[in-house]
Amino acid sequence: MSNAPVDNSRRRFLTVATSVVGGVGVAGAAVPFIASWNPSAKAKAAGAPVEVNISKIEPGQMLRVEWRGKPVWIVNRTPEMIAGLAGHEDQLRDAASENEQQPSYAQNRHRSIKPEILVAVGICTHLGCSPQYIPEEFEAKVEGVPDGFFCPCHGSKFDMSGRVFQSVPAPLNLQIPPHYYIDDNTILVGEEQGAA
Amino acid sequence: MWKNLLDWIEYRIPMMRVANMHALQYPAPKNMNFWYVFGFLATIVLVNQIVTGIWLTMSYNPSAEGAFASVEYIMRDVEYGWLLRYMHSTGASAFFVVVYLHMMRGMMYGSYQKPRELLWLFGMFIYLALMAEAFMGYLLPWGQMSYWGAQVIISLFGAIPVIGDDITLWIRGDYVISGATLNRFFALHVIALPLVIVVLVFLHIVALHEVGSNNPDGVDVKRPKGSLSDDEKTKFKIHEYYTNKKDILDDIVPFFPHIVLKDLVAFGIFLILCSYVLFFTPEMGGFFLEPPNFEAANPMKTPEHIAPVWYFTPFYAILRAVPDKLLGVIAMFAAIVMLALLPWLDRCKVKSIRYRSTLHKVNLAQFTVCFVLLGYLGVKPATPTYTIMAQVASLLYFAYFGLLWLYSKNEKCKPLPERITK
Repeated sequence: MSNAPVDNSRRRFLTVATSVVGGVGVAGAAVPFIASWNPSAKAKAAGAPVEVNISKIEPGQMLRVEWRGKPVWIVNRTPEMIAGLAGHEDQLRDAASENEQQPSYAQNRHRSIKPEILVAVGICTHLGCSPQYIPEEFEAKVEGVPDGFFCPCHGSKFDMSGRVFQSVPAPLNLQIPPHYYIDDNTILVGEEQGAA
Repeated sequence: MWKNLLDWIEYRIPMMRVANMHALQYPAPKNMNFWYVFGFLATIVLVNQIVTGIWLTMSYNPSAEGAFASVEYIMRDVEYGWLLRYMHSTGASAFFVVVYLHMMRGMMYGSYQKPRELLWLFGMFIYLALMAEAFMGYLLPWGQMSYWGAQVIISLFGAIPVIGDDITLWIRGDYVISGATLNRFFALHVIALPLVIVVLVFLHIVALHEVGSNNPDGVDVKRPKGSLSDDEKTKFKIHEYYTNKKDILDDIVPFFPHIVLKDLVAFGIFLILCSYVLFFTPEMGGFFLEPPNFEAANPMKTPEHIAPVWYFTPFYAILRAVPDKLLGVIAMFAAIVMLALLPWLDRCKVKSIRYRSTLHKVNLAQFTVCFVLLGYLGVKPATPTYTIMAQVASLLYFAYFGLLWLYSKNEKCKPLPERITK
């Protein structure tokens, strides 16, 4: 044992330095454990875009396809449905689609590229249930609106553009996935035009 | 020979010392009533869950393809598989029954008050871990309600501004709830959370024995060292760990056998009740096992009506009562945080409801009614009438804590007795 006087500031420095280095080590070691919870390469690959043929959808009908495990609705809206979109905008939360729930090319009244074809993720923006498509009998839910979507879980209501009505739990309009037309009858869901 | 063996062990590990300190010579107030059996019962249920859980994992297949079928296999083909599974599923609900009654006891007799704040907090952490454990366990059968219930609960994290969507993606490990989610929930349900719960229960008991058990009078059975005459002190042999610190009144009995025997009577009644459910109505009319869960998970089809299992419904009703998503989630978590803050919200020095003001009794009664009412509303569809009822009940739920904080400072209480009464 040496009898050198105790240098407290030196001890403190060493304690702090050791703690910092140890802390960095712990943070580094935590990375793989946290990152391993992210979607795996396999899950990411399974999230690839989906090609849909829309030539067989009659006006007023809906086609459900799966993209990234979620239901995507493709609705061929009738001219009456499109005309009706302007009629109830005072009852909507976000009639002009100002929240970024859609790509910029779908930020319009019909929230789509072609006015008649609606492409939307069929998942309620409240807590992720899948709403029901209620054509022609929606009057029972919202007066004066003949068609729409109704979520059975907590009663959220959406119009034929997937825009959410006021005073329901869902905060946002339905999400419009990135998509584009490969040709007149084929949509690619999950990718923007010009993406790699 | 036997004595020699025990001495040999005791010299190397303090087995008898721990048994004496925490059971044979642990001082428990002699006036503990039936409200004091639920801690013991919760421990029994925990053991049941661990043992039946281990056996269930032996036949369960944690994959999106095989989970639902393996539960059917357990129910139909594995010998006594149905019994093990029903013991586990009934045990889960029984766990919450006893934990809610255990918490109710703490609120009635002011068991959270100084010096038992940390004890109460450990209890709240156990409650949180238990809710996470139950939620993750409910996904494992991979039925419709498993799937969509998990979808709803995980989406709650999506309400967090900016990073919400990334967090939900991280929790699921996929763009939707998938096999990846099921596997990690299985790992957390069978390894991580049980370990956490066991450690927390250990800390809960250590903290309890350090500060001593409360009792229905809320009057301390321990007095400062040297303040009691030998006549007033207990005649029982109490471990020196306690007698060295405090003088202990003649109002206690050793935990073993006196309290344990009383607990065993409760255990018998509890077993009868559980057996009734287990053998005659294991689904408990859709409350313990919900009907949609007898259909395999289908990501393309939401059940008509999603309701969580009964033990979550009070908080679920609060969530639904708020028309804004983020505020709803905040209100739901705040409802639990308020309970955790009770030791600091209640500023009254008198613990037991027996000696507290009428106002407090009324307040606690309305809180209890609201909690049960919210639980009922949480299983019902959100019709306008029910929604208004849920909003009123939520308001009163929170009002309990606000009012308590206001009146408890200068509360008019009845005079406390010197010693515990009976």
